[in-house]
Amino acid sequence: MELDIADLSRLQFAATAMYHFLFVPLTLGLSILVATMETVYVMTRRPVWRQMTKFWGTLFGINFVLGVSTGLTMEFQFGMNWSYYSHYVGDIFGAPLAIEGLMAFFLEASFVGLWFFGWEKLSPRAHMIVGWCVAIGSNFSALWILIANGWMQNPVGAVFNPDTMRMELSSFYDVLFNPVAQAKFVHTVSAGYVTASLFVIGVSAWYLLRGHHIELARRSIAVASAFGLASCLSVILLGDESGYEATLNQRMKLATMEAMWETEKAPAAFTLFGIPDTEARETHYAVQIPGLMGLIGTRSLTREIPGIFDLVGQAEARIRSGLIAWEALQVIRAERANAPAEVRATFEAHGADLGYAMLLLRYVEDPTKATDDQIQKAAWDTVPNVGPMFWTFRFMVGAAFVMLGMLVFAFWRTSFRGGSYPRWFLRLAVVAIPLPWLAAETGWFVAEYGRQPWTVDGLLPTAMSVSRLSALDLALTLAGFVTLYTVLLVIEMRLMLAAIRKGPVLDVALTEDWRVAHEARLASPNAQPAE
Amino acid sequence: MILHELLSYDTLRVIWWVLLGVLLIGVALADGFDMGVAALLPFVGKTDEERRIAINTIGPVWEGNQVWLILGGGAIFAAWPPLYAVSFSGFYLAMFLVLAALILRPVGFKYRNKRPDAAWRSRWDWALFIGGGVPALIFGVAVGNALQGVPFGLTDTLVPVYEGNAILKLLGLLNPFALLAGVVSAAMLVTHGAAWLSFKAEGKVAGRARSIGSVSGLVAVAAFVLAGLWLAYGIPAYHYAAEVPANGPSNPLWLPMERGGSWLEAYAVRPWIVVAPVMGILGIALASLILRKGGGGWALLASKLGIFGVISTVGLTMFPFILPSSVQPGASLTVWNASSSHQTLFIMLVCTVIFLPIVLAYTAWVYRVLWGKVGAEELRSNPNAY
Repeated sequence: MELDIADLSRLQFAATAMYHFLFVPLTLGLSILVATMETVYVMTRRPVWRQMTKFWGTLFGINFVLGVSTGLTMEFQFGMNWSYYSHYVGDIFGAPLAIEGLMAFFLEASFVGLWFFGWEKLSPRAHMIVGWCVAIGSNFSALWILIANGWMQNPVGAVFNPDTMRMELSSFYDVLFNPVAQAKFVHTVSAGYVTASLFVIGVSAWYLLRGHHIELARRSIAVASAFGLASCLSVILLGDESGYEATLNQRMKLATMEAMWETEKAPAAFTLFGIPDTEARETHYAVQIPGLMGLIGTRSLTREIPGIFDLVGQAEARIRSGLIAWEALQVIRAERANAPAEVRATFEAHGADLGYAMLLLRYVEDPTKATDDQIQKAAWDTVPNVGPMFWTFRFMVGAAFVMLGMLVFAFWRTSFRGGSYPRWFLRLAVVAIPLPWLAAETGWFVAEYGRQPWTVDGLLPTAMSVSRLSALDLALTLAGFVTLYTVLLVIEMRLMLAAIRKGPVLDVALTEDWRVAHEARLASPNAQPAE
Repeated sequence: MILHELLSYDTLRVIWWVLLGVLLIGVALADGFDMGVAALLPFVGKTDEERRIAINTIGPVWEGNQVWLILGGGAIFAAWPPLYAVSFSGFYLAMFLVLAALILRPVGFKYRNKRPDAAWRSRWDWALFIGGGVPALIFGVAVGNALQGVPFGLTDTLVPVYEGNAILKLLGLLNPFALLAGVVSAAMLVTHGAAWLSFKAEGKVAGRARSIGSVSGLVAVAAFVLAGLWLAYGIPAYHYAAEVPANGPSNPLWLPMERGGSWLEAYAVRPWIVVAPVMGILGIALASLILRKGGGGWALLASKLGIFGVISTVGLTMFPFILPSSVQPGASLTVWNASSSHQTLFIMLVCTVIFLPIVLAYTAWVYRVLWGKVGAEELRSNPNAY
């Protein structure tokens, strides 16, 4: 029963998070692209840029609102489905979520309504600033959320407090400047920028293929290809991998992504293709490029990347150390303030491995009674399923290089061929619109599935983190969320397609008329208060 | 970091208890009128244009207002982790209903005018009605349950556990006292929404809002007084059964607590807190009266005071309890046993002190830019209206 609930809770989190992330990357990137277009408009006062701003802004709005809606679930479901997690790490994990609301989401949400409603009430410059506030707000949002997520991957700046039976903050600075969180932030927002760029290029390519809105489409491709190319290089060069040495679990994630069973002599080979076999614990038909993996993984020729077997050995040692901490903790819990000082000292020495002892709870009620065989099994539980990790990672990287190629090509044609694009490229750009989303979703899969069996790496196993609800509770809400989200997603896609088919509302001449009238309105003494 | 020693742990806990109240009041004041307007939508708007007027009074601001709710969730998580863990999972299906309603609401605002046909718009009107009405009701139901105690327990290792299956748990939450509390919050937020419409909308929409608001205000006051009497004489309170060291660890099982006595005892210990219920009653009654006389802005102000009073009443009556347990009183969550660590509370306070004034400043600026009534003329002249 216990396992069922953990599985259902995971499934629900995966479903709601992946739906949420259908909308987030476009918000992150499109907010910046739209603000950039509006800035060009304010600087040049050329009407086509205002037309572009309004058109892409409309699509931004349709997408944005579902990001907000699905984001509500993300904020609340930790408490709903993961109540032990919330109690256990809320002292650290809650803070970035709260700061996100206070510092970033308030900024984004307070100004987004004004951006849509304020065209007639604000001067062009003030309106542009409002747009930048939305863009900055959404990107800061991502920063705080990824600080929270990065802490789950690499839980720095926290210690276990035996009196409160939970993790507590020891250094806020370490949580903020967690290298894994910083790498994830850059990687994730850059991926969002690439998504928005390829979306803008794809939609514009469709217009060019049909011969509609040529002015708008060509300029949009110009902006998006430059922005997208820079972002795509950032996604690839500043990839997540820089964080993969931080912890045992992160190293395990790397080893499973590469299906690297044995530690190789540095620099390790990169497996281009192969069929990982989790049962037999080897990879069949491996095609390898010598040395490449070591270069990517460690940025050096001499550092070794540990393989899965070695890492399982380390996990076993940590389970045994965790058992010492577990025993000490039982004494402290029973005796409270009267617990002997040497027991507290023992706990402090081994407390960092307490979570590893909890892995045994799957097999025995009292971990101290675990057999060697059970300890072995628990150590192997620290290996995520190698097949899915290996393949999704390869899909993501492959997609990234395809997108890089497209962006390089678009940028080259924009800059050196006067913005003419061959029809095959335009067709490819339309067909490739879903690609960045697929890459982003597989990327999250690698990051979060690869974090298993932990919710917080090394501290708290996933199976323990859940709320002790009934299977019916979870089945009802899972069905409810999936139904609701699917209906809303279908509606959203249809509205998007309708808005794209309809194209920009105002033509360029009308936009120019509006500008003249608007400036006259602002200049007259009884104008609305604007700035 | 030793900076956090500047403020003692118990002081910080009380500050965060006050801030918890500020946030809940912020949700009710800011997002409350959005919910009230959405719940009133079918009644104040008979034609599509009238409904659009009602929607557009909140169209540009609901997104920012909703952040109070999100921040509320985040701040409870950060400052009161056990409260976040126990309440959100303990009210499980009720929370889901609130979430589903809240998910529909933004989409309703944004998508309703994307297509002209009546069936499409009517469906989104329903979505908005549910999106406003359901949370307004359930928030009160949740508070009603908190006052009676919620059936949760804590194991030795502080794992929250619950009694009963999914459906029974939900039905258990919908008990008579909790439903009465739900009436208080729904009627209070409807009155608040009516006051907003009276202030911000033109013509018939404002007129209908005034007549509904003047009645719902009286309903809210009557239900609040009734719930108060019921609470005072029919519902046993909770209290500590030992001397409480305010600087103790955040572990609910640390000290014994039991059920018994009356919540009225709080008024004997701290007589000044009677200000809160008086302000609640007077504020909402005044809002109702002003609406009857045809006022707008003053009604909004009065209803804000009323909401402030009503929510403060709950907090001050229960202090130091936040979420008592009906099945294991010794696991009840209080100000002294359910907070974050000393350091987290301090850091979060610093962030709040820096950013909340900034938030309030730009929110005020946004409202100033959008100042003025919304009527049919505005809908026609602003192509960006919902």
